[in-house]
Amino acid sequence: MAATTDPHSSESFRLGMLLYDTRYRSVTIQIIALVLFMLALGWLVSNTISNLEALGKTFGFGFLWTPAGYDINQQLIEYQNTDSNARAAMLGILNTLLIAVMGCVTATLLGVVAGVLRLSNNWVVARLMTIYVEGFRNVPVLIWILIFAAAINESLPAPNAFRGDDAESSMVLGSMAFTNRGFYVPEPLFSRSLGTLDIGGYFGISLDLVLFVAALAAGIWGAKRLGAQATRKQAATGERPHTFWPSVGLIVIPPVVVLVALGFHLGYPELRGFNFRGGIHMRDSLIALWLALSLYTGAFIAEIVRAGILAVSRGQTEAASALGMRPSWTMRLIILPQAMRIIIPPLISNYLNLTKNSSLAIAVGYMDATGTLGGITLNQTGREMECLLLLMAFYLIVSLTISVFMNIYNERMKLKER
Amino acid sequence: MSDTQSNTIRFVAQTQIPPAPPPASETGPVKWMRENLFSSIPNAILSVISVAIIVYAVVSIAPWFIHSVWVADSLAQCREIDTGACFAVINERFNQFIFGFYPSDAYWRPILAFLLLIVAAAPVLASHLPRRLLAFTAAYPMLCYFLIFGGSIWGPLLVMASFPLAFYVFRFVNDHGGPLGGLLAAAVALIVWLMFIVDPLSGLIADLIPIGLPRVETRLVGGFLLTLIIGIVGIAGSFPIGILLALGRQSGLFIVKTICVGFIEFIRGVPLITLLFVASTLLNYFLPPGTNFDLLVRVLILVVLFASAYMAEVIRGGLAALPKGQYEAADALGLDYWMATRLIIMPQALKISIPGIVNTFIGLFKDTTLVSVIAMFDPLGVIAPIRADQNWNGIVWELYGFVALFFFICCFGMSRYSQYLERKLKTDHR
Repeated sequence: MAATTDPHSSESFRLGMLLYDTRYRSVTIQIIALVLFMLALGWLVSNTISNLEALGKTFGFGFLWTPAGYDINQQLIEYQNTDSNARAAMLGILNTLLIAVMGCVTATLLGVVAGVLRLSNNWVVARLMTIYVEGFRNVPVLIWILIFAAAINESLPAPNAFRGDDAESSMVLGSMAFTNRGFYVPEPLFSRSLGTLDIGGYFGISLDLVLFVAALAAGIWGAKRLGAQATRKQAATGERPHTFWPSVGLIVIPPVVVLVALGFHLGYPELRGFNFRGGIHMRDSLIALWLALSLYTGAFIAEIVRAGILAVSRGQTEAASALGMRPSWTMRLIILPQAMRIIIPPLISNYLNLTKNSSLAIAVGYMDATGTLGGITLNQTGREMECLLLLMAFYLIVSLTISVFMNIYNERMKLKER
Repeated sequence: MSDTQSNTIRFVAQTQIPPAPPPASETGPVKWMRENLFSSIPNAILSVISVAIIVYAVVSIAPWFIHSVWVADSLAQCREIDTGACFAVINERFNQFIFGFYPSDAYWRPILAFLLLIVAAAPVLASHLPRRLLAFTAAYPMLCYFLIFGGSIWGPLLVMASFPLAFYVFRFVNDHGGPLGGLLAAAVALIVWLMFIVDPLSGLIADLIPIGLPRVETRLVGGFLLTLIIGIVGIAGSFPIGILLALGRQSGLFIVKTICVGFIEFIRGVPLITLLFVASTLLNYFLPPGTNFDLLVRVLILVVLFASAYMAEVIRGGLAALPKGQYEAADALGLDYWMATRLIIMPQALKISIPGIVNTFIGLFKDTTLVSVIAMFDPLGVIAPIRADQNWNGIVWELYGFVALFFFICCFGMSRYSQYLERKLKTDHR
């Protein structure tokens, strides 16, 4: 907006110009907005202070270091009920992150498969996937969580059904038991374990896991280097050396060597007394939440993938064919890179939705951040304000971190127009 | 010549050969199946697997439906009659699913409110109806409040009267002191009227002329009625706030923009359930001491804030999708910001964002189920007392299935409607 002033009139500044002169108006409006905002904020804070005083409460985070006094049924790190509220909250946060990561991985797999199959010219498969997508998208995720929890609790056998020689139920493959208390699966054990690394006496990280991941990462890095070398050679000479088997070897061999060196074996779950012992126990609440969240989010991702692939114009496929590319190359080199540009941003916002929806864990008793910090700790200490502030801060940090990465990605993937 | 020719040509067709039917593999269902189901080996495997899944699902679920029981008093009685589903529970508790624990002799009130809702929504959804109906739409919220929650009629009437009051104050001051003074005076009059006059005045009139309906406590309101109340209040309330937030986020005013972005990102960054916890435990702290809102009102406030952040993002998308030329043309015509926004920008931006708005509504509608977590009796919350009932103890699938089906029908219908709107409103020639 251009300022319209008359250079001939030498009128001085008048108060009305603050409002009617476009040079000053925006400043005026902003100052008014700021003042109103501050007033509103001050009003809320003063209300809060007087309300807290009336109830005889104080504001402070000291309660975090008092004993929590409750048990948490799924512990990714050591925890007793005499540990502090902060540690209980930390467990909850880890449980949230666990379900979020598990959910995102399976939802992506499901979504990509369903989205691609929905586009297939196989009539039955396409219809089946449409039923899946529409069915899961149009029913609230909370209902799905409760339905899956009910399915596990009502229709799977109790652990004691596995008892005896002619038991009603038997373990799948002799090693996995699907019971109404959750799934029992084999756990990885190391006979020559390196032990755990204590970080400040607060966390323990398994050194075996660290070593395994490091070996795997090194292998992948080596394979990438090999691929880059092959590309350079191809650019220079036109001949691409065969790199498939060497890179498979690079990725597979180091982790296997690590596993053998550490004495890797599986610990199988066994029925002892009324329950299974040994192995990894995936609780019924975890399974219900995991299945419901991944199937629900998978349906949304399927739609995103489908839309992304459809959005790549047909001329691109035709141009690739005209260049003599094979269909598989066309998909890999032409369609997917362009579709990914469209797919990734909504995909990530769906990951965010999944993480936020995982707070519904409270409905099936899965102790995530909402269940510990916003649930039992809140009710036991009566510190609503502090607990909810911390809880919201946690979710905000997760969201904003992911948003930042998404923005960086978008910036990198933006069409470079010259 | 003719002889030799007749000798050399061995055969001349005297009649046309009747058209032969195409080969069996190139026609009808066989061809369709070859092309659509068995075009390649992986495709054939997929088809067989899918058909197996469908057959398995039908075979395992069909008997449950075929042997279902619709009239019985308890689960035990159901099991005596037949082996399948016990839909008798839906039959018996149907009213609870619709109205929650609303008093049964007053069911006509929510039903009437729902019918009037259709009348109120008609001029918004269909543009060819007379514009005068919009006055009824404006009055509807208070009418609906009165019908559903009862109490004296004077409170809602006086609140309704605030619209004409504000309008006449604005017009009066506008004539004497300009539009800005008019706006300020109207706002002041509105606040004074709503905060200091309505309550005592309505009490006074109610003492003199008691007209009203029996009061219904809000915790009795439940079922799909509650879902509808939360959904519709959320979307109607979030619409104006969402527009303002979107305009604020798009504006060049740094402070306004920062405030709007902060609000939107905060609300979108936290799960709705934490906001509902705020509603149920925390909101009273933020209000002047002594204020004690009803839980439903607190939930509605938070739901409106929640939905308006999402609405703002949808409308911002619409604003951003408008070609820059529209803004420049409005400036070139000499329109000021509000005129340009009202006459040029918003009509087009809202049209672009309608599918997104419907999607937000669908999401909000599904999210209303979360209020069951803070012990409100929406359809999902109604299930817990039914399952705890001795008669129906042990019943699961029928209840969840029924609620899921209700939400599926509503949401699927709305998403189809939004797709239809999208097609209908596509007036560009891109």
